[in-house]
Amino acid sequence: MIKSLDPRVTRAEIELDNAIEPLKEMDQWETFEVFHQKRRGDQHMHVGIVHAPNAEMAILFAKEQYGRRGLSVNIWVVKTRDVFTTDYDDSDIFETVPEKQYREAGGYKVMDKINKYKKSVKA
Amino acid sequence: MYGNAYIDPNEKAAGILAGEDMQKLAEFEARIARGEKIEPKDWMPREYRKQLIRMIEQHAHSEIIGALPEGTWITRAPGFKRKLALMAKVQDEVGHGQLLYSAAETLGKSREAMINDLITGKSKYSNVFNYPAFTWADACVIAWLIDAGAIINQVANAKGSYGPYCRALDRICTEESFHLKYGHDNVVTLATGTPVQRKMVQEALSRWWPPIMHFFGPSDKISNHTEILMRWKVKMATNDDMRQQFLNMYVPKIWDLGLTVPDAKLSKNEETGKWEYTEPDWDEFKRVINGDGPCNAERLAVRRNAEERGRWVREALNTSESKYMVPFA
Repeated sequence: MIKSLDPRVTRAEIELDNAIEPLKEMDQWETFEVFHQKRRGDQHMHVGIVHAPNAEMAILFAKEQYGRRGLSVNIWVVKTRDVFTTDYDDSDIFETVPEKQYREAGGYKVMDKINKYKKSVKA
Repeated sequence: MYGNAYIDPNEKAAGILAGEDMQKLAEFEARIARGEKIEPKDWMPREYRKQLIRMIEQHAHSEIIGALPEGTWITRAPGFKRKLALMAKVQDEVGHGQLLYSAAETLGKSREAMINDLITGKSKYSNVFNYPAFTWADACVIAWLIDAGAIINQVANAKGSYGPYCRALDRICTEESFHLKYGHDNVVTLATGTPVQRKMVQEALSRWWPPIMHFFGPSDKISNHTEILMRWKVKMATNDDMRQQFLNMYVPKIWDLGLTVPDAKLSKNEETGKWEYTEPDWDEFKRVINGDGPCNAERLAVRRNAEERGRWVREALNTSESKYMVPFA
């Protein structure tokens, strides 16, 4: 029996030579992806994962792991296996071309035309 | 908190890259050279994956085992506020362990496999936690100086190349700054207190100095192996460089308190800007890291006990429809 400097360890009555069966697959459950919102009005941000046996416990662990200091108002969890993702190898699908200016506010310049028109009307 | 990952210096460097796709390797190295991060599903060399798993796993184990010597003092910390603070610190360390296990499992080793390797003694953890915290002052010195060493190591590694590890470290470093201030505050309180308190903190410092000097590990032999790991941003600084940085930042702060570092040779060479010190006893380091330290057996027995006595709860909560999938990030 361990006689430890730590009274909690001594009280737990632990044998020093206490070989155990190895942990089996799924002993630590599956994982949930955690989304955390700091304050109302902010986006929820992905902050990491927790291992949990179900969504309720995932929320409990996520609160301890990602919400124990600083601001928090809301947490979402979703099973990792329910998340669909794109592949980094396919990231060329996000490449944009210069012609995409037509999608942006900066692609529309009218002041030159207006000024030219005003000048011509005055004259 | 954490100690530097221990890589056996005798491990052979030859053949590290044998059989790798050279085209993919070149793209991988170019990405790292551009300062981009590697994400879990990217192609990576076998050695990169192996060393990162080893390093992040050891780091995670260190957080979990490190909670034991500090936890020793929770029930006897002087005063309610210090009990609360120490509980918060120990909870942070265990939380860091969880974050790091998560980062390691994105590389393909399950959390069950990592825990099994810890409790059978196959995986290492930081050697400092194989020493006992005899008095409250030991807990204070750990919280200040071991955490200070850990921060130097973690801030360096946070600039590494593996995305999930960097993200975990960013979160960890923020929390460690509280640990460091808390530890410093405790040491200052004892050092500026009564003669009995001063004696207590001096004795704790003297006990912890050798493990602190061991903390960053033996001098790295600059081998091909180290060079490759530094090029891949797995290893961010040599052990000696980190030790120098630690001495530079903290020895003056220790001396400010009128405490004595138990090394008569310790001084800064003003010409080279480097600290000179008595070479730590590396035989002792190797003996302890390989299992023969004052607390190794107890630490692992306590871990096994926790796994075993909690097993029925974990099993009762498990549902048959649960299915494991490696997390994304």
